[in-house]
Amino acid sequence: MNKKFGIKEVVAVGIGTAIFVALTAVQIPLFLIPNTYLQPRMAILAFFAAAFGPIVGGVIGVLGHALGDAIFYGSVWWSWVIPEAVVGAAIGFFAKQYAVKEGNFISTTNVLIFNGVQTAANAIAWIGIAPALDILIYAEPTNKVFIQGAFAFIGNIIIIAILGTILISAYSKISGKSSGLKLED
Amino acid sequence: MSEPIIEFEHFSFKYKAQQFPTLNDINLKIYPGEKILIVGQSGSGKSTLANCLNALIPCSYSGEVNGTLRVCGKNPGKLGVFGMSQIVGTVLQDTDGQFIALTVAEDIAFALENDNVPQDEMVQRVAKISEKLELTDLLDYAPGAMSGGQKQKVSIGGVMVSDVKILLFDEPLANLDPATGKSAIKLIDDISKNDDVTIVIIEHRLEDALYRDVDRIILMGNGTIVADMRPDDLLCSNLLSDNGIREPLYISAIKASGAKIQPSSNPRNIEIMDLEPYKEDIKKWFYSVKPSVKQYSEDVILEVKNLCFRYDKKRDILNNVSFKLRRGEMVALVGKNGAGKTTLSSLICGFLKPVSGDIYFRGQDISGLSIKERGDRIGIVMQSPNQMISKPMISEEVGLGLKVREVPDDEIEKRVNETLKICGLYQQRNWPVSALSFGQKKRLTIASILVMNPELIILDEPTAGQDFAHYTEIMEFLKELRDKTNITILMITHDMHLMLEYTDRTLVLTNGNLIKDAPPFDILTDENTCEAAYLKKTSLYDLAVRCGIENPPEFAARFIDDENRHRRASDRNKSEQGGKNG
Amino acid sequence: MAKVLSYEKQDTFIHELSGLTKLIVFLLWCFTSALTYDTRVLAAMLVIGAVIYYISGTKWEQVSKVFYAIMFFMIINMLGIFILAPFEGCKIYGTRTDLFTIFGNYIVTKEQLFYELNVTMKYFTVIPGAFIFLTTTDPSELAASLNGIGVPYTLAYSVEIALRYIPDVQDDFHKIKNAQEARGIEMSKKGNLISRITNTAVIIFPLLFSSMERIDIVSNAMELRGFGKKKKRSWYSRKKLTVRDYVVLFSAVILSAAALILTYHDGNRFYNPFV
Repeated sequence: MNKKFGIKEVVAVGIGTAIFVALTAVQIPLFLIPNTYLQPRMAILAFFAAAFGPIVGGVIGVLGHALGDAIFYGSVWWSWVIPEAVVGAAIGFFAKQYAVKEGNFISTTNVLIFNGVQTAANAIAWIGIAPALDILIYAEPTNKVFIQGAFAFIGNIIIIAILGTILISAYSKISGKSSGLKLED
Repeated sequence: MSEPIIEFEHFSFKYKAQQFPTLNDINLKIYPGEKILIVGQSGSGKSTLANCLNALIPCSYSGEVNGTLRVCGKNPGKLGVFGMSQIVGTVLQDTDGQFIALTVAEDIAFALENDNVPQDEMVQRVAKISEKLELTDLLDYAPGAMSGGQKQKVSIGGVMVSDVKILLFDEPLANLDPATGKSAIKLIDDISKNDDVTIVIIEHRLEDALYRDVDRIILMGNGTIVADMRPDDLLCSNLLSDNGIREPLYISAIKASGAKIQPSSNPRNIEIMDLEPYKEDIKKWFYSVKPSVKQYSEDVILEVKNLCFRYDKKRDILNNVSFKLRRGEMVALVGKNGAGKTTLSSLICGFLKPVSGDIYFRGQDISGLSIKERGDRIGIVMQSPNQMISKPMISEEVGLGLKVREVPDDEIEKRVNETLKICGLYQQRNWPVSALSFGQKKRLTIASILVMNPELIILDEPTAGQDFAHYTEIMEFLKELRDKTNITILMITHDMHLMLEYTDRTLVLTNGNLIKDAPPFDILTDENTCEAAYLKKTSLYDLAVRCGIENPPEFAARFIDDENRHRRASDRNKSEQGGKNG
Repeated sequence: MAKVLSYEKQDTFIHELSGLTKLIVFLLWCFTSALTYDTRVLAAMLVIGAVIYYISGTKWEQVSKVFYAIMFFMIINMLGIFILAPFEGCKIYGTRTDLFTIFGNYIVTKEQLFYELNVTMKYFTVIPGAFIFLTTTDPSELAASLNGIGVPYTLAYSVEIALRYIPDVQDDFHKIKNAQEARGIEMSKKGNLISRITNTAVIIFPLLFSSMERIDIVSNAMELRGFGKKKKRSWYSRKKLTVRDYVVLFSAVILSAAALILTYHDGNRFYNPFV
């Protein structure tokens, strides 16, 4: 279920990307730091990665970020597109473990694993890969790119930890088989 | 006669997750060039039967097959979905979901692209099909710019382009307004006459589907074939209503008059039916039943005055619309797509601001109120329950609106429980929403609005895509709700039965103008209004006129009243008996 | 929704090129712009970009909003670089020519100004590429073009589906947001961070839930029409390559090779006027 790229995965990537792009304009301002926003679209990426696996997650990361940048800002910053794919793919690698559609994401263990994975993935992506690419491509000052990366890291782990976890566990609760339901008076 | 093109022999199918077979010992032969209508209520097995023809069963939905099925001499299960797609073209109920590509031309070409047909040949074939379906001018349109009827034509083109032998229509009328549905049935009939195809239509709206002749009707119930008859014979029996299918209204009316319908009088279509034998009975019945009397409350809840709206100077979306809604009324808002219905409800709820004009709620101007403040008085229920449900558990979902209004927890619990009792979901209060049926989900979304004690609720297409049983469940619930709480209900709808049976008044919008505000019987018996709003005259009108009854709207009103009285009486009997047995 | 760049049908030279050509040129352009830091190459790219923009007939109203947004971002970026690394230019070019002191250690140098000019130019080189690609390429051609450069057709089709559904999803999002707002759930700036995020969840969840259903419907519809069974797939809206396309492709390859040789011939990607 994880590795194959069948019709359902093709459609999941398409519709996941559409939601990711459509939500590019939806941002939650963080008051502590001016001009910094939390991006709910990151939770969408986490949701699709967790539900459909690493390929779907990775591809939505690339396509969503590239199309979103292009459509809303008329430019594509590849140094931030690639880390997005890393986050999607990394979260997706554990899709079997979370078993979102089977209703298993509600367990504390899975929520912890998911958040461990997303924190690690975001760290690699935004404190590792993104600044490295910014230095490599744009020769930007080291301290600047790391500060930028750190903000992205913090913002993304917050939004995925709260919004991502809420969305995935709510969906998991709904899609799992419900047995032993009784009418109560 | 030649060999059958579709042949079921002692065919049974059981879904993997289910205990009992959904199809049970089906024997059915369909011959090349036939046009077959399959009817049955939800759960009768009609969709499962269709999915066996295109091989989605057993290829995509696994389960246990017994007996044999041959389509064009082949076994669909062996040939697979792709192989069958060259023989059977399926037009899905959800034509928006079936519209996959970015433009009409690409979508018609989709199957050819997948078959790796060379580009030049593809262009020719698409041109040919689109000419046949009158889509040539729309080839570079995007789905968002098209009406439901146009999208359905594209779906038909998209399967016909593969030169299929069988066209399978899954509820082709479900998402269309009555007038467009009529042209869809005509289009299918034209295809059946001009092309070398066999046509299978699955539909529960029998009267609309019979607008053009079919060869046979297969009636399904509980996974078996209950009847396989010519339409004229089937309509004379009581098999349809016994199996949860709504008979054509003119048939019910004739039966109500006590007359016995004969197959020889062509009952399949009111236009060609011979009414001579029934005329006297119908007239006698009409003069014997009580005139229908409606009482109106004078207590005005909402008043819309000279409302205008436009996005740009080019076109008015709403032009000088004025009307009143009174306390406890059930009102239908009708009109074709783009007539301004959604805009009107968005203006009432405050999602949009009017260019000019006023809206009064209980006499108070509400232009200064925010969306949320209006939400305390006016609730809106969207068409698809899944677009409204945001919490996984039922009581949480219902309490959400109160929680964000910072109502104390114990009061939330009290009000949620009261509302759940009204909506018949109290016993399920600790269930996840996924365990509910569609009708229950609809009630849940209504409950989550009712909990805030609004005085008016607006429902967008409350019964779209529902079969007769679900339709009745939802509408009876709304009527009961109105009777209990005296709430005012405004429904945006295409459903003519809904208007006739459940509303006191109908507002007709056309191109932004409110052209009529009258009882439904007056509207559905008025040709001009029907045409403008993409409605269809009710067959009760034709029946009344052809029987020489001078007041067709009153005839329609009396029949519907009488029918409702009977149904409710028999429901009461059923539930009393059920109570004794349980 | 504001700020969205979109395709506009016209018949200019650029519009008539195949999407495949434009995609390859766009990617080559991005690649060259990423590798070079040579001021002369960057300047040449800006000039060529401006010329292509002119030929493409792209109207200023189509792109002005996006352009101002990027300008704003660039100014913040430039200030950020100066505040965090006022001597980055000196480090790169190996010399230091002070101009004036703002305060303390914040001294404006010629090298820093030149470096920041180069950063700005570099960012600006990518902009016309993406602008022009989006406003002159029929979205229907994009999937075919991606498949043309070697992306598997299944994946390329995901892009088509994404483009098909972006408007629908935006529409649904607004409808859901309105209905939830009427229930009292607002995505406003009021309230603390947690409640703002949970309110967002209440609006996004129905969107996700109904989208998961849509995935099932669309995949069934695609399967019923034979998607994914053959190794290859043809494309209705693919534009065939003509002589024009080959000329453009050939020139683009030559130009980027020349740009890269000019940049790297001395073993350093920076053009250094200071030594």
